[in-house]
Amino acid sequence: MAERRIIDARGSFCPGPLMELIAGMKMANVGEELEVLSSDKGSATDVPEWIKKVGHELLGTREENGVWHIVVKKAK
Amino acid sequence: MRILIIGGGMGGTILANNLARRLTSELKSGKARITMLSASDKHMYQPGLLYLAVGRITPDELYRDQASLLEPGIEFHVDPVTEFLLDKNEVLTRGGKTHAYDVLVIATGSRMVPESIPGLAENCETFYTEETALKMFKRLRDFEGGRVVITVGVPHKCPMAPLEITFMLHDYFKDRGILDKVKLHYTYPIGRTHSLENVAKWATPEFDRLGITYETLFNMKEVDGENKILKSEEGSEVPYDLLIAIPAHRGMEVIEKNGLGQNGWIPTHRHQLNMEGRTNVFVLGDTTNLPISKAGSTAHFEADTLGENIAAMVKMGTPVRDYDGKVFCFIEAGKDRATYAMFNYQNPPDPKAPTKAVHWFKMAYNKLYWVSARGLL
Repeated sequence: MAERRIIDARGSFCPGPLMELIAGMKMANVGEELEVLSSDKGSATDVPEWIKKVGHELLGTREENGVWHIVVKKAK
Repeated sequence: MRILIIGGGMGGTILANNLARRLTSELKSGKARITMLSASDKHMYQPGLLYLAVGRITPDELYRDQASLLEPGIEFHVDPVTEFLLDKNEVLTRGGKTHAYDVLVIATGSRMVPESIPGLAENCETFYTEETALKMFKRLRDFEGGRVVITVGVPHKCPMAPLEITFMLHDYFKDRGILDKVKLHYTYPIGRTHSLENVAKWATPEFDRLGITYETLFNMKEVDGENKILKSEEGSEVPYDLLIAIPAHRGMEVIEKNGLGQNGWIPTHRHQLNMEGRTNVFVLGDTTNLPISKAGSTAHFEADTLGENIAAMVKMGTPVRDYDGKVFCFIEAGKDRATYAMFNYQNPPDPKAPTKAVHWFKMAYNKLYWVSARGLL
């Protein structure tokens, strides 16, 4: 299994975790998994919202010590 | 200690001058040496391109001779690096020279890549180079009305540029007396009108007040130039008469070619600013992969930190402080009002309502920049 790409967007107000994910998606290959680390609880809703709208796959969301880990898969 | 700085932009220039002042006696005694390699003998004030695009300044105001900005004692060569031999602590240049170093700083910046979106480069106007900003202004001069669409790629340099150009276009068309014939439509990649939540809270009602429409969660997919339609990854289609783009950016090709970082962004420690896995290689400004704004102020504040740290390494063998993620951005809210956003890794910004005073301070900073580049402000 390929190594999961980590996007460490903790402390990112601008451009922010979702923008970092969008940039990361461009660099990823179809089928690749990406894990966004965010200290902004808003990421737990806005990342899944974008993933659903574009048609990628949300694999999971969890919170650990104030950091949200959102795992997605590039679907197309 | 041989300190080699690659790149003569804002970050590299401020760092070189900062170090030269801190290490005056070490430079005289030969204990330290500062060398800068750049691709150009000119230094461009990049934020000025926004004003060039709407005819508010002329191209000559953007430039100074790079050598004139540097402190005495800094060795400066116009000879860009072609190969980074990090295991040997050397770089090779286009001119065939080899430069050895003890400390390397990479500050090569970024470039727009409109060609990454099919149809975009041929069908948009943009303002990230002198040539494109001039072309955009000439197009604006000839524009007599229609639907103007502003669209935004990710990542891009200057996070405030999308909002600023939109407000400035509004006032440009208003001054020309053709605003009633122009429809401004703004698109943005995430689910609000700006990445900074507090900035979006201010900008969105401003758009409503000015009659500027907007569509969020909009990421460019392709441009159908024949039918003048912009298509998004999210499935929507937007017709345009004039397409203004803030294209996605990448780091410089030499970074990618040398395998230092995907898309030209070098993995960088968020506090120490060293390249991940290297203790004597540091990264500044747009070139890092840090999740913060690609902006001149970012490079400036990082350079302040690195200047203090590298000087301390020369004098006492260890860095002394951490970069805290500080960024400061002016936000032009039209032709005569502005506000600003300041934030770091821990604290979000809280921008106030735009005022004329902040706008005039920004106009003053456009001149004061040259003092800033010299490391004096």
